[in-house]
Amino acid sequence: MISMIRDATTIARRNVIRISRVPEVMVFVVIQPLMFVLLFAYVFGGSIDIPGGSYREFLIAGIFAQTVVFGATFTASGLAEDVQKGLINRFRSLPMSRSAVVAGRTASDVVYNLLSIIIMSLAGFAVGWRIRGSILDAVVAYLLLLFFSYSFSWVMACLGLLVPAPEVVNNATFIVLFPLTFIANTFVPSDSLPGILKPIAEWNPVSTLTHAVRVRFGNLPAETPEPTSWPLQNAMLYSLGWAILLIVIFAPIATRLYQRTGKR
Amino acid sequence: MDNSSGNNYVGEFAVEASGLSKHYGDVVALDGLELSVPTGTVLGLLGPNGAGKTTAVSILTTLIAPDGGTARVAGVDVIKEPQRVRSLIGLSGQYAAVDEHLTATENLEMIGCLYGMRRPAARKKASELIERFRLSDSAHRPLKTFSGGMRRRIDLAGALLADPPVLFLDEPTTGLDPRSRGELWDVIRERVEAGTTVVLTTQYLEEADQLAHDIVVIDHGRAIARGTSQELKRRIGGEHLDIHLALLTDISRVEAIVRPFAIGAIRTDDQEVLVSIPVSKGIEALGSVMAELSVQNIEIVDIGLRRPTLDDVFMELTGHKTQEEQT
Repeated sequence: MISMIRDATTIARRNVIRISRVPEVMVFVVIQPLMFVLLFAYVFGGSIDIPGGSYREFLIAGIFAQTVVFGATFTASGLAEDVQKGLINRFRSLPMSRSAVVAGRTASDVVYNLLSIIIMSLAGFAVGWRIRGSILDAVVAYLLLLFFSYSFSWVMACLGLLVPAPEVVNNATFIVLFPLTFIANTFVPSDSLPGILKPIAEWNPVSTLTHAVRVRFGNLPAETPEPTSWPLQNAMLYSLGWAILLIVIFAPIATRLYQRTGKR
Repeated sequence: MDNSSGNNYVGEFAVEASGLSKHYGDVVALDGLELSVPTGTVLGLLGPNGAGKTTAVSILTTLIAPDGGTARVAGVDVIKEPQRVRSLIGLSGQYAAVDEHLTATENLEMIGCLYGMRRPAARKKASELIERFRLSDSAHRPLKTFSGGMRRRIDLAGALLADPPVLFLDEPTTGLDPRSRGELWDVIRERVEAGTTVVLTTQYLEEADQLAHDIVVIDHGRAIARGTSQELKRRIGGEHLDIHLALLTDISRVEAIVRPFAIGAIRTDDQEVLVSIPVSKGIEALGSVMAELSVQNIEIVDIGLRRPTLDDVFMELTGHKTQEEQT
């Protein structure tokens, strides 16, 4: 266990050095959520009504959730690149812990997601978003975002070890992540969604993550009605439950995949 | 580099493999490969692309499990105790497996830590190797600014970092210019002198000739010939005399002229209008053949001596096989 932590730390240190060497990657990753901020705050925002509150204030928590969910794909492309470059083979020939490469990767991607959230917070601040709740609540909200993205990184780790090339990652994830982050209360209140989409959005963990964060930041106006669905009423618990479930399921799978991956 | 690490294996054979087989779907990558490498020697695995060289190395370095057969590296079973094997080997791959965004020092330090060394020890060892490989000036630059040869040296340095008793080098010089290749060979020789056992795969006969004590030629996942470089050369001829002719119709006459000098199968190529003959005393044969060609008034485009290539080896070895099957 100690050697596993030691090795994972070595791998995580390597990945963090890489972030500083290739800052361009950060730019491209935050550009998409920044576009969404501008698009929704200034283009669509005018026609979305948040009773008793401002849409921009409502929007930013959704952007945060979207950022960390998409940010987790960094884990997939990072691992896929390591497979392609032959680094995974190098690691697998070394007498190191079998789970350290993936554990180190998911850990270092928390740093990466923290950086994206800081940038998005500044962008949010610039368009008028504010933290209205207590500092403690805000810290809890940020931690929840990071933990959720950490758990999602394990799912993405499996994908990264399965795809034939790093380029496939973006296309493969987009198909899943786009509906996951849009059929939710990220950009509009879930009550406004029609028919079957409403219950899907209510049970979508991205919605509960967004709702929990929105509440902790104090971004919901006082006259917002209490949510009627169970997941949204227990948004914090439900989101944490999902995160833990994802780790429990996907961490062992990712470790097994790592042991089998490698170029011939 | 320190030779006093006491890391060397003392058993008779540092690598032993028996009946190794591996297939991917219908494709047979290895078909009952047998290997034994005496401790402290270099084995050259020679073969064309797809012969099974990399598959063999991948099994011996625990990257993939064989479908059948057994293998021991430094006395340890690769299937039963892969993690112990990993601490006894160094692997340098065909594709320089280094992180191009990290510096040379950072790459080697990371590998050292993953071998279980303490960070200061790993850093010290890394800087020793960087100095040995004459890369000190570039030690703190990301590898993406390095040439192919420099990257390959760092990759090799990674394999040497923990002074493992057995080294696996998968096509260590493919794609390198002659100078870089020579430099890498020097480093490998140095390690062998210090007692390290090396398994080397290559597509170049010259490389196996330069480095290997024993050579195993593999094709379609099987060993089709084995022996010292001298023994193999005797089989395939030391040198080749290539005669490019002006007229295709002269080929049979030329064949008759060169037959007395041939020490192996004569190869003719109608497309290139070429006659290629393995000869033992090159210069002598060249003089006599030239004289006879001019006496008989046969026009030639080009004539020259060259060292045998992998093509010649395969021509010779698979040629015999076909004859054996016919009889």
